[in-house]
Amino acid sequence: MFKRIWGWIQRFSSPKHFYSISGKMIPWFAISAIFLGVYGLYMGLFVAPTDYQQGESYRIIFIHVPAAWMSMFIYVVMAVSAGIGLIWQIKLADMIAAASAPIGAWFTFIALVTGSLWGKPMWGAYWVWDARLTSELILLFLYFGYMALQSSIEDQRTADKASGLLAIVGVVNIPIIHYSVQWWNTLHQGATVSKLDKPSMHVDMLIPLLVMAIAAKLFYAAIVLVRARNQVLYRERNRQWVRELVEKL
Amino acid sequence: MAMNKRSKRKLLVVMVLLGISLATVLALTAFEENLMYFYSPTEVNDGTAPTGRAIRVGGLVVEGTVERDSDSLLVKFDLTDGAENISIEYSGILPDLFREGQGIVAMGKLNDKKVFVADEVLAKHDENYMPPEVADALEAAEKK
Amino acid sequence: MNGSEFSWSEFFNMGGYAVFVWTSYGLALVMVVANIVSPIIERKRVISRIKRAIRRETNTGKAG
Repeated sequence: MFKRIWGWIQRFSSPKHFYSISGKMIPWFAISAIFLGVYGLYMGLFVAPTDYQQGESYRIIFIHVPAAWMSMFIYVVMAVSAGIGLIWQIKLADMIAAASAPIGAWFTFIALVTGSLWGKPMWGAYWVWDARLTSELILLFLYFGYMALQSSIEDQRTADKASGLLAIVGVVNIPIIHYSVQWWNTLHQGATVSKLDKPSMHVDMLIPLLVMAIAAKLFYAAIVLVRARNQVLYRERNRQWVRELVEKL
Repeated sequence: MAMNKRSKRKLLVVMVLLGISLATVLALTAFEENLMYFYSPTEVNDGTAPTGRAIRVGGLVVEGTVERDSDSLLVKFDLTDGAENISIEYSGILPDLFREGQGIVAMGKLNDKKVFVADEVLAKHDENYMPPEVADALEAAEKK
Repeated sequence: MNGSEFSWSEFFNMGGYAVFVWTSYGLALVMVVANIVSPIIERKRVISRIKRAIRRETNTGKAG
């Protein structure tokens, strides 16, 4: 029984199988990401009401919060994939991890910069070294470290091992980012949406926020598949099936 | 030549790992000193907060205590955490969110008259987002 | 957007926070475009690299 599942996993996670399946999935993710993104932008910029305290400046939230959520979500995906690749030697998992890193770094960068652009008018400072902002900055460095290890080590298996290890160790930073606003006094305010009782946000503001968050997830799904397919082509470049496929392109 | 290239690469990997560990150590030490971004007025009054060096205090601006100097940027107000108050003096431009009842964080030093002289005031906003009409309605309901 | 009538100049002004709001949205747009363009360029590069390798091998014969 176990052997059969294992065989099924291996067949399903074969780069060749993944390459053909993912090619069919990308357009669907891309189209729904565009659709939800446009809808979310419309709702966020035109329908959502002005905030009682922050006026129009709070509209940065529709970029900032989805980006911050994605920065952590992608890191977890990357670390879990790297772990699977490290333990079970599934090549596809390493490729997904490597494909995720630059996207995660971009989202982290956007979360930091938009946060800064929001902090200036509201708090009075572009940057403060409080626990939330500092731990998010460390997240950006973890992504950079992963990418540096990937690109500087020639041997692919060694590169995957070294960078995977870093990704897994770095996972401790994720709960620190999330709970920093509770554990320490921070200038950054507490959680709004993940409060279990009820989110302290008006529903007309919450809907565009959640729509943008889902759009960002779909965008990541589409882009990570495109990047993972590049990884497949490159890493399997000496395989017969890749050569046959490339000749036809 | 090939050996040379490989050892160069190894060196780069070691450098990257060293850099990351160094950054982590630095960040953690910064955290140690600054784990709490600010102290409360109670902590300032009971002596938990260090004196003699610049610190940050955080709390709510007490309603009705904000005095603005008519011909300079000098502002005086009281800060509370619900239990204790401290007086703050600040001269400079205040953030847009500064108002009575608002949460703020001030950076500065206590002077010998027990007045906290701030050289930076940051506003801390809450995690609530709603249109003004809803905020007004909530306030009205609370007053009943 | 508080008033009853919608005006584009008011919309772009963002209650005086135009610089902060529109820079944020602009950067997000840059990020989206960069994340679409860069893997497409990379794909072309990988494919042409593999094609070159195939050509080189067929030119130098099976032993090469």
